[in-house]
This record gives sequence, C-alpha cells and structure tokens, in this order.
Amino acid sequence: MNFIVNILSLAVPFSVALLIASLGEMFNQRAGIFNLGCEGVMAMGAFLGMLIPYSIGHGGATPGVYNFLGLLVAMGVGALFGIFFGFVVVTFRAPQGIAGIGLQMFGVGTAGTLFRHFIGGTQSVLGIDNIDIPLLSKIPILGPIFFTHNILVYLAFLFVPVAWYILFKTPWGLRVRAVGTNPRAADSIGIQVNRVRFQALAVGGALAGLAGAYLSLCQAKMFSDEIIAGRGFIAVALVYFGHWNPVKIMWGALLFSFAQALQLAIQGQGINFPYEFAVMLPYVMVIVVLAFSRESQLLGPTALGKPFNREKRT
Amino acid sequence: MTKTFKITYKVTIIILAILAAMTIGAIILLTIGADVLKTYSVILFEPLKTTLQLSEVLIRAIPLTIIALGIAVAYRSGIINIGAEGQMAMGILGTTAIALLFPELPKPILLPLAILAGAICGGLWGFIPGILKAKLQVSELLSTVMLNYIAAQFYTFFLRGPMLDPAESSLGGSGTPQSMRLSKNLWLERLPGTRLHTGIFFAIILAIVIYLLLWKTSTGMKMRAAGASERAARYGGISVTTYLVVAMVISGAFAGMAGAIEIAGVHRRAIEGVTGGYGFSAIVVALFGGLHPAGIIPASFFFGLLIVGADMTQRMVGVPANMVNVLQGIIILVIVATKMVLADPYLMEKVWRKYQKITNPPKEVEA
Repeated sequence: MNFIVNILSLAVPFSVALLIASLGEMFNQRAGIFNLGCEGVMAMGAFLGMLIPYSIGHGGATPGVYNFLGLLVAMGVGALFGIFFGFVVVTFRAPQGIAGIGLQMFGVGTAGTLFRHFIGGTQSVLGIDNIDIPLLSKIPILGPIFFTHNILVYLAFLFVPVAWYILFKTPWGLRVRAVGTNPRAADSIGIQVNRVRFQALAVGGALAGLAGAYLSLCQAKMFSDEIIAGRGFIAVALVYFGHWNPVKIMWGALLFSFAQALQLAIQGQGINFPYEFAVMLPYVMVIVVLAFSRESQLLGPTALGKPFNREKRT
Repeated sequence: MTKTFKITYKVTIIILAILAAMTIGAIILLTIGADVLKTYSVILFEPLKTTLQLSEVLIRAIPLTIIALGIAVAYRSGIINIGAEGQMAMGILGTTAIALLFPELPKPILLPLAILAGAICGGLWGFIPGILKAKLQVSELLSTVMLNYIAAQFYTFFLRGPMLDPAESSLGGSGTPQSMRLSKNLWLERLPGTRLHTGIFFAIILAIVIYLLLWKTSTGMKMRAAGASERAARYGGISVTTYLVVAMVISGAFAGMAGAIEIAGVHRRAIEGVTGGYGFSAIVVALFGGLHPAGIIPASFFFGLLIVGADMTQRMVGVPANMVNVLQGIIILVIVATKMVLADPYLMEKVWRKYQKITNPPKEVEA
C-alpha cells in the first residue's frame, strides 16, 4: 500500500511539466501549428528559470520573489520563441515538421551555450519548496498523493479547466479553433488567421517555457543538458493521445508520469531489472500509444500543419 | 521579367538569409559577451590552418555524408528521418557484435560482414518507424525521436553489460563504458600521422550509389514521386507506403553504416558518445546540400568545419562548443523559410513590379 502511495505521490508532481507543455502545444495545434520545437523552448525555460534565482537572487533575503521572476522570464522568452517560430512557419509558411526540429536544436543549443557561460558546472538552487496543505495533507492515502506538493502543481491542475474554458467558451478560443479547422472560412468572416496563429504560438511558447522552468526550479533544482529528456516530444505526443482536449491530456500526462514514477520505484526497490530498460519505458509507451490511437488523428484540427495563404485558392 | 532580375532576386534573398542566420547567431554570442567576428572567423578558418585540423574536419565529414545521404533519400520519399542518431548507435552495436564474435576472420571477410551487420541493425531501427507510418499512420517525427532515446539506452546497456571490456571490470579501468579494442582485421587504413581513414572513399562511393538510385532507376523515380506528391503518385499506381518503408530502411541502413565506418576508422572500439550528435547534424547537412549527393558532400565538409571550429572556440575565444547546435538550429530554420520565399512566384512578381516602378516610371505621366 505504502509502495503504491509513494509511486502516486511521485507521479503527480512528475506530470506537471508534461501537462503544462502539452496544454501549450494543444493551443498551437488547435490553431493549426504543429510545434515540434517544444523541447527546445522547454530547455530555454529550464535554463532561465534557474538562472534568475541563481545569479541575481543569490543570497537574497526573499528567494521566493526571484523564483517567481525566474518563472516569468522563462514564460516571456518562451513566448518570444513561439513568435520567432511563427515568423518561420506562419509568415514564411515553411514546413512545420522540419522547422520544429530546427527550433528544438536552436533552443537546446542556446540553453546549453548560455548555461556554460553563466552558470558553468553542476550548481543547484533552492527552488520552490513543497508545502503541506494544513489538514488536507493529513488525510491518509489521499493526503500525501494530492496535498503535499509545491504551488505550481496545484496551479497546473487548476489550469486544466481554465484551458478548457478558454478553448471552448471564449471568443478567442473559438477563433483559435476556427483558424485550425478552416482558416479560409475564418478569414472570410474577418478573423485575422495569421494573427490568431501568432497569439496561439506565443501562449504555447510561454507554457513550454514555464514547463521547463518547473523542471529546473521544482523538480531537479538544477540545470543539465539532459534535463528535458524528450519531455517536449512526449508532450507533443500527448496532445494526439488526449484528442486535443485539456482533460484527456491531463489523464495522459498522469499516465506517463505514473510510468516514470514506477520506473524510479523499481530501481529504488532494488529489483534485479536492468536500469536501462526501465528508463526506456516511457519512450516505448509513446510509440505504443501513438500506434493504437491512429483513429484519433481524424479528430484533430483539419488544418493542422497547413500554412494559410490568403492570396491562393485551394 | 528579365533573367538578370531573376538571378539578382534569388542571390539577394540568399545573401539576406545568410545575414539573418549570422545575426541571430551574433545575438547569442553578444549575450555571452563574445567577440562576434572573431568567433565566426575561428569557426570558419582556424580548422583549415593545419593539415591535422583539416584531416579532423574530413573525419567529421565522413559520417555526416553517409547519414545525410540516407536522410535525403527519406526526405525525398516524403518521410523525415530524425532518428539517425539511434540508427547509428544500433549500427555500432551490430558491427561491434560481429567483431567481438569473429575476431579471427580475415579482413576481406570481417570488414564487409561487420559493415553489413551495422547496416542491418540500423536498417531495422529505420524499419520500425517506416512500418508504423505506413500501416498505422504514426508520425515518424515522434516515433524516430522516441527510438533515439530507446537506442541510447540499448547502447549503454550493451556497453555496460554484455560488451563491456573485461579490463574495465576487473582492474577498474577508465570508468567509461566501452567495449574492448576490436580486432585489427576490422581497422580501416589511416593516412599516416592523422586519423583520416579510408572510409572517405566509402562515403564518396555511397554518394554515387544514391545518385544512381534516385535519378537513374525506376525505384528512385517512384520514391521521389511518392515524396513530391503522394496523391499523384498513388494515382499513378505507385505503392506509396511500400516506398516509404523502403526509404526508411535505406535511411536507417546508411546511418548504421556510418556508425560501422566510424568505429572501424576512428575509435576502433564501441564507446560512449560515438554518435555525438551526427544524426542531428546530418539533417542540416542534407537540407543544406539541397538533398542531392553533389550538394551533400560539400555541405558535410562545411559542417565538419563548423563542428571542429566550434571545438576550438572554447579554447580560443571562450565560446562553448554548444554554439554549433545553435548555428545548426538557425540554419535549418533559415533554410526552410528561404526555400519557401524562393519558391513563391507571386512574391517575385510583386518585387518585379516595384522594381519596374522605380527604374522606369509609368509612361502615362509623360504623355
């Protein structure tokens, strides 16, 4: 019992980075942009999230402020990366798959370069601490699983209904879905397709940056080149798995983080199972999940991956 | 439109693209307070100054050429292979396994057999995303990335376990997971005094093979047709999915062979970090080389130069070697954007009209 509670209480915080990044990617894809560069933006977010409290907040009396500032900077630069990607795939209409690889290499490379210059070796930060919510954290089983995490965990899960509301109940959400489904029709009623796509990219980039900063500030409390470890790509896969719906994406993120927690727990128990095969588990799961959810692609935004050209008939 | 205008237009766009790429790179360099011009000149010219450095550039160009050829075949067939890194690792495992199992075989048998094993292992690793895409419409972009991570784990598993150098475990050794030094019968000849090996001829031969395959055989024509327009190809009776899988197998096999050549020529044992990002750099090389063997060979020399140059910036101007990843990322983004601009006839016409307005003002005004 304790073993399972342990795994679950690990799985919940592990899911946060995936969840935030996937929700961002969901906004991109709902607007018709397939952003494979998520991994690179997350790397930038992870670096910046740590850099601010590490450099300017060093020894400061209120590390909380600097952590918060780190998160904000990560989101801001993430949004800039999203807009930069927009110039390539929206303005210039470049093929999105290969451009995404470019953005990924650019982001990971930049984060690595800046990290070596500004931080150097393995340095850790205090990061954002876990808080036990009074009373609620004392509930047996549910308490440790749900109520002993840092503030971002709660915010991330709170963001699931918010994202759902934004996407399905606000005019902006309607516009996002419209430009991702039928940009020509959206254009004909006066929606500025490319502008909405840029907005979605900025939102997606900001969330990817935040997800990265979560990894460095809350989870690892340090930065390394391998900190993202494919989570950006898994986040993209989760959007397919979750049928472009925030709630289903949340379940997907929890499922994957459960696999990751299980893998750590197996290692911790000293079960004689090659470590490398345990690490493979989430990646194998992505492929299996994608292979068995092919009909889900029919549910996706119909204009996904297709650049929009006002001046061309198609 | 005059011909001179068309050429000037295209050249101007390419120059603007290069400037844009260098400016973005310069922003990153300025952020870390580096001397921009000096960094660029170290990267581009320093490796050419000595024969030893030049040979190092060529050594990097060999796997880049081989992998990029495979990626070009896949790209032209309509499938983007970003899994070369994993396919190369699997190829190295295949080659190492053969060399460890049959070290006594004579060179003319062992070497081709080991390279073949590398090609088969890499090809299998390319077959998986190919068949998944063909049968289950799994995006190759995601599956190949995941297979990279999986292959990396296989690689360390074998190097730490079944293939570990016996000297490592008993005497402590170097602490790096690596196989024992492979049989001399696997080694490729080297140019005396350098590490430059005969794999360079192999890369050139493969480039010719790919040129013949893609442009001189009906298989190659069908592959290119499938990539250019899937619907039209299917209408023309081409089994698009079959060629998709074939292209991915070729692509994987090439990455596997690159791995085989790399350990037979340079490392002579399987060791961590052999792949070292070649699989990703080769994507840039393939795009930069215009997805054509004749372009890929000079492009891989250029990126070999960047990789060696970026190693030198660390010592000479204090710029981390990761800068090469930044440049590669920018180059991909700029190439794909520039390609679209160059392929847009409407934009060219717009510019032409503006140009005419400036050079010859409308005649009606005079009349």
